[in-house]
Amino acid sequence: MAVKNVIEAVREALREEMQRDPKVFIMGEDVGKRGGVFLATQGLIDEFGESRVIDTPLAEASIMGIALGAAFRGMRPIPEVQFSDFIWPAMNQLIGETARACYGSNGVLQVPLVIRVPYGGGIRGGLFHSQNVESIFFHTPGLKVIAPATPYDIKGLLKSAIRDNSPVVFLEHKKTYRLVRGELPEGEYTIPIGQADVKRAGEHITIVSYGLMLHYCLEAAEAVAGEGIDVEVVDLRTLRPLDKETVLNSVKKTGKLLIVHEDNVTGGVGAEIAALVADEAFEYLDGPIRRLCGPDVPTMPFAQTLEDEYMPNTDKIVQALRKQAAY
Amino acid sequence: MPRKKSARPKGSGDAEVAIAEPIEGLPEGLTTGDLVESYTQMILVRTIDERIWALNRQGKVPIAASCQGHEAAQLGSLLAAQKDGRCFLFPYYRDLGLKMAAGLTPTQVMLSFMGKEGEPYSNARQFPMQGADLEHNIIQISNVVGAGLTQAVGYALACRMQDDDTVVLTYFGDGASSQGEAHEAMNFAGVHRVPVIFICENNHYAISVPQHRQMATDDLASRAQGYGFPGFTVDGMDFTRCYEATREAITHARTQGPVLLEMQVERLMPHTTDDDHLRYRTQEELDAAYERDPVSNFGAELIARGIITPEKSDEIKAEALKAINEATDAADAATLPDPSTMWDRVYSE
Ligand SMILES: Cc1ncc(C[n+]2csc(CCOP(=O)(O)OP(=O)(O)O)c2C)c(N)n1
Ligand SMILES: [Mg+2]
Repeated sequence: MAVKNVIEAVREALREEMQRDPKVFIMGEDVGKRGGVFLATQGLIDEFGESRVIDTPLAEASIMGIALGAAFRGMRPIPEVQFSDFIWPAMNQLIGETARACYGSNGVLQVPLVIRVPYGGGIRGGLFHSQNVESIFFHTPGLKVIAPATPYDIKGLLKSAIRDNSPVVFLEHKKTYRLVRGELPEGEYTIPIGQADVKRAGEHITIVSYGLMLHYCLEAAEAVAGEGIDVEVVDLRTLRPLDKETVLNSVKKTGKLLIVHEDNVTGGVGAEIAALVADEAFEYLDGPIRRLCGPDVPTMPFAQTLEDEYMPNTDKIVQALRKQAAY
Repeated sequence: MPRKKSARPKGSGDAEVAIAEPIEGLPEGLTTGDLVESYTQMILVRTIDERIWALNRQGKVPIAASCQGHEAAQLGSLLAAQKDGRCFLFPYYRDLGLKMAAGLTPTQVMLSFMGKEGEPYSNARQFPMQGADLEHNIIQISNVVGAGLTQAVGYALACRMQDDDTVVLTYFGDGASSQGEAHEAMNFAGVHRVPVIFICENNHYAISVPQHRQMATDDLASRAQGYGFPGFTVDGMDFTRCYEATREAITHARTQGPVLLEMQVERLMPHTTDDDHLRYRTQEELDAAYERDPVSNFGAELIARGIITPEKSDEIKAEALKAINEATDAADAATLPDPSTMWDRVYSE
């Protein structure tokens, strides 16, 4: 097994799927010779040519609408949004049209497309290069939403997403791209959509998280282990459809729940998890469900102090775990 | 797209036999038989359009957008697409005539307007005839004006990637032309020389807003120049011209890339059954528009040219009425979708 980073895992998945299926193609801004601003598509234009790695005009609504139209014809487009912050011009096509196409045609139209979205903060991106956009898609029936945290998961889930016949919003946390490394098996593998993963087993408190925050949760869990607090960390990996069973099973075991995400707290994924557990595992709870999430300001600001104030981090999670343990 | 005959009420076959020869002055590929058949379809469409309006007033049809005034543009361009046989359509909500003539039976159309089980586009999940009718090469998933344009470009791009020489025709209104996505679609199509035809059914109104509040130019076609492809203004009340312009556009699109066709039409009815156009149009203006009615004028022309007799025209109208009466009864008697089906097919199965 070779150790690779997240961006290499993304690129491997794209290359393998394009080799496997001639219907798969990439479109977006600067995805050709430049290889994308994060180099996710580096080298792919040389291998697959301009017709399968399409540099589009700088216009997100058409990138999404054209991908949708191509999917109707049986292609498997992978549109890339350069940064999540620039997905808003495409929202009509993505939420208004793409999410409704199968339902609105009574199942006649399939939409096998994956929109890749580099997202998230902690990289001094300011208000327009840091956004967490997941709750909007999480709320939208008709879309699948995937937000993996490790190279292994990202490769296996991206391959599954490309093979899926429903539209997938594939969220890649920018800060993990080069920071997070992990082992990738040599051979072919996929990971099923809709399955959470227990990244660390424990008895006392369940943390549910995803994306960059998952790594901080794992660090925090290690940090409190010496204090006798045994934390189980559940990585959602797929946000929609939600793996309710894994979350509920873990909470039923530990009796305590902390939800951690970078996205704004109000109406976020965490609110839904809290409602789920309150509804279906209430009698197993030994304390209140708590959330450690991004605050309700539009996005993490640019200045270091302000960004730090926004971002959940290992220290904040440690404190939240101690509080949960003491309850 | 094979030409479906099932949409027409079955009549005496004499017209086909007597007038299969092309006559002087008809554009390439067009026979007088085509003219009679299209006129027959136009009458059928007009009859159902009027009936739907009446059914709305009776509370049986919740909403309808009329195509009255747009029939020549819709059926003329459709005939070119059908004769070509390798076209795919992304219409919009006012394209009743287009969708019906593409092959739906009057009963299917009625099921659509009444929201009954068996509705062909979405099994009545959506507004009438909205969703997909792949049997007749049609997709229209949305009410959002202008949203189909980029999808049509994507579909055409995919056809080319698959080495398939399909040409895509996408239809929209003058109001929709103001949408940013209309610009994005045309720009991409121009850059990548995508085999797509943008057909604007310019009726000079977007609900109540007149054309001069929609664009600062007198025509839309000139916009094509800015995207690097040709654009033409066509008299959309003239069936033969609409056919001819579309036929030429299909050839151009297949070999050289996009074309913009602006078909200038009149909206003879209010925007929808919920609108009252006298709030923003004068009776004089409407009277002038009625004079240009593409259906009655087409019939008069066919009679004047000796292609049909007045008796034949009356016969066509009587048959249409009979077919629509039967369709209305059939749809009235049809069942509603089972409530449990609401849960199905959120995702591809
Ligand atoms: C994006 C969007 N905004 C508003 C509406 C509401 N609406 C429906 S039709 C219409 C006017 C459209 O006019 P035009 O494009 O000229 O088409 P026409 O109805 O005249 O054929 C409006 C404003 C809509 N369907 N979509
Ligand atoms: Mg209009």
